[in-house]
Amino acid sequence: MQALKTLRSRTVVLPSTNIDTDQIIPARFLTTTTRDGLGASLFADWRYDGAGRPRADFALNQPAARGCEILVAGRNFGCGSSREHAPWALLDFGIRAVISTEIADIFRNNSLKNGLVPVIVDGATHEWLLGNPLAEVALDLETCTLALPTGITVKFPLDAFARYCLLNGVDELGFLMSKEAETRAWEQRRG
Amino acid sequence: MFEKVWDRHVVVPETADTPAVLFIDLHLTHEVTSPQAFQVLRERGLPVRRPDLTLATMDHSTPTRTEQVFGNAPIAIESAAKQIRELEKNCAEFGVELFGLRHNLRGIVHIIGPELGLTRPGSTIVCGDSHTSTHGAFGALAFGIGTTEVGHVLATQCLLQRRPKTFAIEVSNALAAGVTAKDLILGIIGRIGVAGGTGHVFEYRGAAIRALDMEARMTICNMSIEGGARAGMIAPDETTYAYLEGKPRAPRGAAWDEALARWRTLPTDEGAKFDRTVGIDAATLEPMITYGTNPGMVVPISAHIPERAGDPAFDKALAYMGLTAGEPIRNQPVNVVFLGSCTNGRLSDLRAAAQVLRGHRIAKGVHLLIVPGSQQVRREAEREGLDRIFIEAGADWRESGCSMCLGMNGDIVPKGEYAVSTSNRNFEGRQGVGARTLLASPLTAAASAIRGRVTDPRELLNG
Repeated sequence: MQALKTLRSRTVVLPSTNIDTDQIIPARFLTTTTRDGLGASLFADWRYDGAGRPRADFALNQPAARGCEILVAGRNFGCGSSREHAPWALLDFGIRAVISTEIADIFRNNSLKNGLVPVIVDGATHEWLLGNPLAEVALDLETCTLALPTGITVKFPLDAFARYCLLNGVDELGFLMSKEAETRAWEQRRG
Repeated sequence: MFEKVWDRHVVVPETADTPAVLFIDLHLTHEVTSPQAFQVLRERGLPVRRPDLTLATMDHSTPTRTEQVFGNAPIAIESAAKQIRELEKNCAEFGVELFGLRHNLRGIVHIIGPELGLTRPGSTIVCGDSHTSTHGAFGALAFGIGTTEVGHVLATQCLLQRRPKTFAIEVSNALAAGVTAKDLILGIIGRIGVAGGTGHVFEYRGAAIRALDMEARMTICNMSIEGGARAGMIAPDETTYAYLEGKPRAPRGAAWDEALARWRTLPTDEGAKFDRTVGIDAATLEPMITYGTNPGMVVPISAHIPERAGDPAFDKALAYMGLTAGEPIRNQPVNVVFLGSCTNGRLSDLRAAAQVLRGHRIAKGVHLLIVPGSQQVRREAEREGLDRIFIEAGADWRESGCSMCLGMNGDIVPKGEYAVSTSNRNFEGRQGVGARTLLASPLTAAASAIRGRVTDPRELLNG
């Protein structure tokens, strides 16, 4: 996982509420045994028409969206399945953070394991972001703050351990493996 | 109850800086969300720590046509065939028990755990699939995980978790005739919304829940995730123990008595506090059906599609569905009916559908696809002659798997067509590009197949 301390980017906005993992990456693209190259299938049914041509009116296809690393989405982003292919596809496309008022539990967990930052903001901040696509914003994971171009800075919640992993680019497996003695003791206690 | 299960599995308690290390009693895996996890183990030179607590099956991308499962016909989707071969290779290499494509115990991962007696009260169960919540019907703490976490459990048999909040769903009175567990859970989701349970574990309680058999309880817990909760639980009781006793891998003899004594201590103590509570009167429910593109967009079958001015997401959903606000959902023409999935692919679901279909033919032009949840369910259905009722009605009777619930294996709803489906998600494109899904119970699905339009099953059951 790539370490991330700060991120400054313009935002790409998908205002729909309840964007589920079947939209982020449809199930027919999950017959893969690697995690590479999924960005091509990101939002496939919204991004391409029946003939596989990019739809000009879709936010991610607009030239101005090129290089945007922060996605602003409607409430309850990432609901649905546990497929980690959803954050993999977003990261492969170049997205490093998702901002919403609510992000589904499993998607949020999967995102944090891969260095995609789930950012929960209040309703007013969210309204502003939805209304101002391509705004340049700045995320700071040291302080857990999001700075808007209006000069307003808001704090967002981030689990201390997840933040440590993001800042240092470490994954959790090493930490879990360091608890082998405790795990063995627990297994013996239970018999 | 949740707290008891949680506390009994904490290997290292959580602190402000680190989540709890939680021991996992049963890890179920399948072909779609595991290959990248096995790859991580391979790259780091790690073994599967507890293969005895790990079981693999194949269900998501597997074919349901008999000639592709047992005959010599090639699996239609080459990448799916490759995924299947990859799981076979991984299980052989890491010593994990696998119910392969032709195994007589193969089936949807959430159907086979209970039918083998591996799903047990008070245990922790995970799988790289969000409908792992199904196993909560036994008073287990069961939830879906991503592939990175699949790797964590393979390597350490533990997970890092923050303790979720608790949410009691009190269901009073009893369901009326023709109204099923599926209608109840759709009613609950309609009430609390698709994000209502985010950050929580549900506990379904009350007289209406106690009256349900285990398969109905599984249908309820299965769709907890559709209400935003990673897990949903029902306290074990005599119904639970009677279901488990004698199952092939359930404890036996002295081990059974010991387990039973432990399980009896699990139910939530009198007066225990929940972070949230909601009450539902089961007697007020009728058969429910969805009209939109998430499971919270649901109405009683006799109701009209609601009107919601100034809500672009609502308008977008109705435009996708090709439905009109203010119109009745009843009598909407239907092209496809899907009976199956981890929500409604068990024997009792097939029996319910057969009860409606017996002696009928499905409407001309309707494709009725019936996919049992496991090979065992298929065999039992055939023993009871349900397959003959289905085939005589004009249905397509298949081998087990996830099939048209998510269309990974090529079993899809054609673009623009309407499907009454007993599965769990009506998301855009879930059952195929442009597919229009109406979620409902097996009774409603069977009745709608006969009439070729959305039908209240009570009209056929009473007539």
